Amino acid sequence: MTDLIDHLSLGFSVAFTMQNLLYALLGCLLGTLIGVLPGLGPVTTIAMLLPATYALPPIAALIMLAGIYYGAQYGGSTTAILVNLPGEASSVVTALDGYAMAKKGRAGPALAAAGIGSFFAGSVGTLVLAAFAVPLTEVAFMFGPAEYFSLMVLGLIGAVVLASGSLLKAIAMIILGLLFGMVGTDVNSGVARFSFDIPELTDGLGFIVIAMGVFGYGEIIQNLAKPEEERALNTKKVSGLMPTKEDFKAMMPAILRGTALGSALGILPGGGALLSSFAAYTLEKKTKLKPGEVPFGQGNIRGVAAPEAANNAGSQTSFIPLLTLGIPPNAVMALMVGAMTIHNIQPGPQVMTSNPELFWGLIASMWIGNLMLVILNLPLVGLWIKLLSVPYRWMFPAIVLFCAVGVYSTNNNTFDIWTTGMFGVVGYLFVKFGCEPAPLLLGLILGPMMEENLRRAMLLSRGDWGVFVTRPLSASLLAVAALLLLIVLSPSIKKKREEAFVED
Amino acid sequence: MAIKSQKDLLAGLMFGATGLAFALGAREYDMGTSGRMGPGYFPLLLGVILAVLGILITLQAFGSKPQPDGEIGHFAWRPLTFIIGANLMFGVLLGGLPSIGIPAMGLIVAIIGLTFISMLAGKDFCIKRATMLSAILAVGSYFVFVKMLGLTFQVWPWFIGA
Repeated sequence: MTDLIDHLSLGFSVAFTMQNLLYALLGCLLGTLIGVLPGLGPVTTIAMLLPATYALPPIAALIMLAGIYYGAQYGGSTTAILVNLPGEASSVVTALDGYAMAKKGRAGPALAAAGIGSFFAGSVGTLVLAAFAVPLTEVAFMFGPAEYFSLMVLGLIGAVVLASGSLLKAIAMIILGLLFGMVGTDVNSGVARFSFDIPELTDGLGFIVIAMGVFGYGEIIQNLAKPEEERALNTKKVSGLMPTKEDFKAMMPAILRGTALGSALGILPGGGALLSSFAAYTLEKKTKLKPGEVPFGQGNIRGVAAPEAANNAGSQTSFIPLLTLGIPPNAVMALMVGAMTIHNIQPGPQVMTSNPELFWGLIASMWIGNLMLVILNLPLVGLWIKLLSVPYRWMFPAIVLFCAVGVYSTNNNTFDIWTTGMFGVVGYLFVKFGCEPAPLLLGLILGPMMEENLRRAMLLSRGDWGVFVTRPLSASLLAVAALLLLIVLSPSIKKKREEAFVED
Repeated sequence: MAIKSQKDLLAGLMFGATGLAFALGAREYDMGTSGRMGPGYFPLLLGVILAVLGILITLQAFGSKPQPDGEIGHFAWRPLTFIIGANLMFGVLLGGLPSIGIPAMGLIVAIIGLTFISMLAGKDFCIKRATMLSAILAVGSYFVFVKMLGLTFQVWPWFIGA
């Protein structure tokens, strides 16, 4: 307990410098600004804004990125509530009741519920993160290559389970991502693989290139292909921001339930925000309606508060596997790994001991980021609505420009621009063929890590594949992965899962 | 047999072909043994798995009941062409193509080029609007990216000088 307080005070002493507070604020502001644009989820937003942090010192850069992440997520909920356009899968649920509330002229309370729920959940999530980080790091030191490999398998399976649509296609997207991760120089033998004698390819395919191409351009093209009406905005005046007393009474228990659920599910590799928000909404739907309460789907405030709280708690605790094991549990965290590597930080258990200021400073600034979101966004709601009323035809050239500038400035190389163009086409094909792209990005980041650990594990076992099931920790990780797959494949769950995704 | 889902059919073929290509490519590299894996081992494994998954997805696409959302729909050629085109034009104008002797025009010209071409992707192109937006974006980007963030760009065309 005293350790926890020591750590947190160290963290706050780092985060509470004028400079870092400013970067946190700037991050939240930029994140919300981009995230509020329809069709741009956190992954795209972070990828677009990543280059803006290159010139900063590592701590400031990570703090700003964390701010961007929260901002983007909050921005996504705002769009989901106001215009029924969820920027990412996890705010699909928010849109159900949030948009219904907005249509009834109660957008203000809906936005406030989302904000308050997120803040509360974020605070709890940060505490959970701080409390569990140290013990989990000790677990991490018990991990050998076989355990790491099995954990990554579990993480990838977890990500697949949550992808909407066909399970087979999601697995194929992961494998494709792993294969893209193979491009470039093999660290063990120095052989340049799949590089076609192009010098730029020997460094591998950059994740920014793929993220921008597939998520950025892919989405813009898809948005432009939709008829104008589908992007129609609901920018009626938002009057009366504060929820009523009854609203508060209804939403507080929902927020508590959502927070608990989100914190627990977020720790699971591959779990995180999406599973949390779906689970929280389902849980709320199961509870009895009070007399006179609005049914779910028609604008019940609990249907906004609970998933938003769960979503935020989950995204907070999903930092745990990244910071303690160095394994990104989802596409957003995969981008964070990329950002850390650019600043010469190898994520993993050693960060906490070798760089405690960075580690605890980052955790403290997560809480600050959450606080800023509430302070910033509730008064600024009017501004975001104005931004949403800017027609898309004015907006998309700017988005294309940000993507192109971001890609170029990563390496100051035009070669990256050509590859991004190619992946833009590929990304549009994914959309057309009904393949969700998020698992691809996760595979891309995990590819080299998986290969490295597989090789090491097999070297130690002298080529015996049994090592993955004879070591108890590795065996149990694989067992959980198998169980997850079985659960998803079981007919009753399969039906439920399809229903859950039909709602969007 | 009828096609149940065009999406699955094409996705399956795409995965199958890509997996096969990676697997064949991986055979160029040393396999090694399972105890001492060469650079070709893991990619070959993944390539084979992807190819098998591709076949499974392709087979799934056939069936008597057509799926309601299985239709591929028409391609949005216009946005596809102009968005990707704007991106490529940005690269060409910004950095030039030394191999075929196209000189670099720098950031400002590249932004104007990108804005005009990308706006062609929308349905109602209008010169006045494109001019206005490209001016706003050029000035804004100059201040934000070059002055504030200190990213290194060649700002002006080669004949004006750095």
